Amino acid sequence: MTTAETIKAITRDHLTRGHGLLLGQCVTAVGWIGGTVPNCDGIVEIPMTDVAGPAFAVGCALMGRRPIFVVRYQGFMWYNASSLVNYAAKSRQVWGRPCPIFVRSIGMEGNGIGHTASSSLHSLFMHSPGMPVAAPMTPREYRAVWEHFMAHDDPIYVSEHRRSFPLTEDLPAPRHRRADVTLIGISAARLNALNAVARLEAAGLDVDLFHLVWLKPFEPEPALLDSLARTGLGLVVDSDYEVAGAARSFAYELMHRTGVPVHALGLDDRVCGVASHLENITPSATRIYDRVVQLVEAAGTRRRPAQARQHPRLARTAPDAA
Amino acid sequence: MTTDTIRPTSAPRSAGLGLIPGLAATFSREFSLEMFRRASFIRQFELQTARARDAERFTIPVYLAVGQEFTAAALSMVLPGVPIFAQHRAHGLYLAFGDDPAALRDELLGLPTGCSGGMSGSNAIQGPAIGLVGHSGLMGEQVPIAVGAALASQQPVLTVCGDASVEEDYIYPSLGWAASRPLPVLFVCEDNGLSILTPKAVRRTWSVVDLARSLGVPAVDITDDPWLIAHHAREMSRALPGFINIQTVRHMWHAGTGVDGVPEWDRYQLVRDEMTRMGLSDEVARIEHDTTAQAKEIWA
Repeated sequence: MTTAETIKAITRDHLTRGHGLLLGQCVTAVGWIGGTVPNCDGIVEIPMTDVAGPAFAVGCALMGRRPIFVVRYQGFMWYNASSLVNYAAKSRQVWGRPCPIFVRSIGMEGNGIGHTASSSLHSLFMHSPGMPVAAPMTPREYRAVWEHFMAHDDPIYVSEHRRSFPLTEDLPAPRHRRADVTLIGISAARLNALNAVARLEAAGLDVDLFHLVWLKPFEPEPALLDSLARTGLGLVVDSDYEVAGAARSFAYELMHRTGVPVHALGLDDRVCGVASHLENITPSATRIYDRVVQLVEAAGTRRRPAQARQHPRLARTAPDAA
Repeated sequence: MTTDTIRPTSAPRSAGLGLIPGLAATFSREFSLEMFRRASFIRQFELQTARARDAERFTIPVYLAVGQEFTAAALSMVLPGVPIFAQHRAHGLYLAFGDDPAALRDELLGLPTGCSGGMSGSNAIQGPAIGLVGHSGLMGEQVPIAVGAALASQQPVLTVCGDASVEEDYIYPSLGWAASRPLPVLFVCEDNGLSILTPKAVRRTWSVVDLARSLGVPAVDITDDPWLIAHHAREMSRALPGFINIQTVRHMWHAGTGVDGVPEWDRYQLVRDEMTRMGLSDEVARIEHDTTAQAKEIWA
């Protein structure tokens, strides 16, 4: 079963057996959100209102319907944010009244969709108290996030990515006894990181790769901290903007916990264009490869020159195009 | 742009807008007395609250309902038990529908025993016992939340906003969606003609009643006579959605206890006069004695 099929199955069960609701704009048109929306009772097409729409979902949540609120393009969250962060996220702490909404915010990028609809904005919601943030990619991860939602009363911001929809299995997470660098991936950057790892290993660098699903609360697993202690070097890669974003936030947190330099790589601080050469998308495998090589070389000349000299094949650019 | 260049399309503000002759007499004596008791208590509670604020017993911003008591009192008489989605200046609704005044006092004092444990203050109060849902302080946001609640519950809900709130982005889609599905929402606008101190005529040329009607929501524009409010709220509740724009008068500042001058009209006094004509002056005096004592005791 793919991630898309998993989302669809979870949703159908929630709507038909859980008294739930799903609200969104145009959710029953043009592919039904990548095949993630079932055709059943409980689907509510809302009008084209990116300001009031989430507040409709808030009202449903206050009435106990645990709605799923779908935003087809995560870039639209700038406009959909107000009632989610200003009401749903605060409700339990201010009034003691839970307002559980499962926010499906779907990241898309490239292919000419432009600056308004594209990108992932989970960092934006990490700023808001009262709202856990997750970025599941695989069927197992998605189901775990859903089960957390159903077991708790907080609204949850789920940063989905279209590239997760065809996945069927958990992503590999290579580990080494003597890795050169610790790589930490978020959202679709995890897929590019995997690709980069393969090229780095072909080039003679061993990489420990960790996948982050829960962005808030951020609770790094002990193995991640151990890896950083061993490699002495980390890089967080993300599909969101780098400046003031999740990647830098986690790098900061990890540095303070381990004393190890941890760097960040995300979207550039510029508006993306529609033309392919103007896009601003998830760091490619090539960018990740180049950044890792740069960091290892810099760290190696500073701290481990012998090891750095052992990798004469390292090139500034990956052998294959991203 | 100056106020002179803007053409207001709303009905002129008036203490007599939409009045129906003889309407008060169609309500029972008990109805009128209870409605007056609720309004009288709101006034006395709010006056005592103002005194406490002036004495710096608390220092947070306070949004008093003095002058607008009868909107809450009238709605509470005909819409018992409905979930309420209101905004700042909701002390009146909280008290009229019957939640605990001591918990409201404690909220203003920032105590754990406050209706929101000190988290909401005056402008974001909730009334769990009466179904008054907490408001975030972002005016107008409560309206689509009410619409969503009506969708989810398929039960009537009441949402109350102000004449500035209806200019918020939340309102048009809420009215439109409530009309389209349709959904059982009674929209009430407490139209005191002011956004803080900016008159409505400076802010817009359109009428929210016209807007509601254009979207298919039955709407009326009336003054704040309580029997008139009760009449329309009761009638509209038979086939929701509906919209009532109530022209009312805020006697005190938007926030705080200051007064800018003589109010356009004093509905409280007008109702007292009407109650006297109805032969209820003795009962009115007793009610005022009791509500004054009750409010003083709460704030003692």
